[in-house]
Amino acid sequence: MADSPKFDKSSRYTEDRGIAGAFEGETVTRRRLMEGTVLLAGGIATMAFTLPAVGFSLGPVFEDTTPTRWQDVGPPGDFDDEVYVPRVINLVPEVGDPGKTTIYVRRFNQQRDAVVEGQEPQPYVAISTRCTHVGCPVRYVQASEKFVCPCHGGVYGFEGQNEGGPPVRPLDRFYTRVQAGRVQVGDRFSVNSEFERFSPRDPSNHLDGLWQYLYPARPTT
Amino acid sequence: MKLLRPTPPRPGRNGPNGPNGPPAAPAKPGAKEMAVEGTAGVVGWLDERTGTSTFLRFFLYRKVPKGTNWFYTLGTATLFAFLSQAVTGVFLAMYYTPDPTRAYESASRITNEVFLGEFVRGMHKWGATVMIILIFCHMARVFFFGAYKYPRELNWVIGVVLLVLVLMMGLTGYLLPFDQRSFWATVVAVNLNASGPIVGPYLADFLRAGAEFGPTTITRFYALHMLLIPGLIIALIGAHLYLVVKLGTTAPPWLKAEKKDLLREEV
Repeated sequence: MADSPKFDKSSRYTEDRGIAGAFEGETVTRRRLMEGTVLLAGGIATMAFTLPAVGFSLGPVFEDTTPTRWQDVGPPGDFDDEVYVPRVINLVPEVGDPGKTTIYVRRFNQQRDAVVEGQEPQPYVAISTRCTHVGCPVRYVQASEKFVCPCHGGVYGFEGQNEGGPPVRPLDRFYTRVQAGRVQVGDRFSVNSEFERFSPRDPSNHLDGLWQYLYPARPTT
Repeated sequence: MKLLRPTPPRPGRNGPNGPNGPPAAPAKPGAKEMAVEGTAGVVGWLDERTGTSTFLRFFLYRKVPKGTNWFYTLGTATLFAFLSQAVTGVFLAMYYTPDPTRAYESASRITNEVFLGEFVRGMHKWGATVMIILIFCHMARVFFFGAYKYPRELNWVIGVVLLVLVLMMGLTGYLLPFDQRSFWATVVAVNLNASGPIVGPYLADFLRAGAEFGPTTITRFYALHMLLIPGLIIALIGAHLYLVVKLGTTAPPWLKAEKKDLLREEV
């Protein structure tokens, strides 16, 4: 039957190919149609549980769930504009002690602090101790007015500007305000070398030159 | 070993009185014979229905090239290190709590209070290091013996993926004791991921489950560490072993092919 010259094996019509019970004008065999249907149904069923699960795990990448928390760091009298005062705040209270971090706080210094056009300066300068290399905690040395990172030797100046070692941008800062006679610290933000404010970035993400385009702002921040 | 040989002809089909004669009178079996035969009967019953012995003969009794030596055991050693990690990990999961406020407490309870807890946790902790050392030894053996060459390139690729997965196991497992060292080492490790161009920041968000190291980070790492990555590793080990059995192993490079000697003799 297969070798019968009566049938044209290369025809696109099943009838010409000699398939039993073929309809006139039919090009897809019923076996192929069933194969396709089963594969499609299986594919849809698998996607129906895989896609929601993947989206569920990727959710935190696209959704900002961190609320703004203003934390008290003391009365205005505790701070002047030349000397940093260390304070401990809790960035993520849900994880308990590990969520705590040290910040350095001083009043805004009219002479020494850069003022960015179009951006209202914060009344207090609250510097994050997270090194902008890979996030080790930096320490402020009053005598040299430098922030020094113990891990890979990053050095930052009085305003938190990166001056030496591997860090890629100045130290991050926090929004500050004075409420009912208390200094409060809010969300973190990042600054570039001109001290322009950006949404908070991860350590090692550049904010200057062409490099900044390699590290996009994320929906979560 | 006897069980792995082909099934002998059934009794009676070709008895002592010839194929068509009456079967030999059965001797009364002792307790030991009955036990042995009972076991063999169960094994035979299972084998007849699953074909296990055929598979095991194909899988374990392969021909290996001349010069096969102790270096060829490194892959199996890695496999057993993985099995040890899997078994100790399953039992550690019975006492461990992946919760940011209770993880450290539960881990120190395993070490200090649970019977043999210190031993099982130590096996898992040091076994992880041993496994990575063994992987690199195995990889070095394959590299220096030239065993990655045609037709085994795909097995090398699978092996490299397995290496990356095992390193990911190390990263995700390091956080779980949730002490200061593991917490900050993981913070830095995630920041290293964030330094990748374009995808880095998103990858860090995925790992942390958000912009900050939050309360769901540890459950995420726990799920990756004990469900997702081990599943992938088991599947890829299956593929790795299938290719080893299908393609066979290579002779060490210092052995000359025998064909050449034959040719020389003929000349």
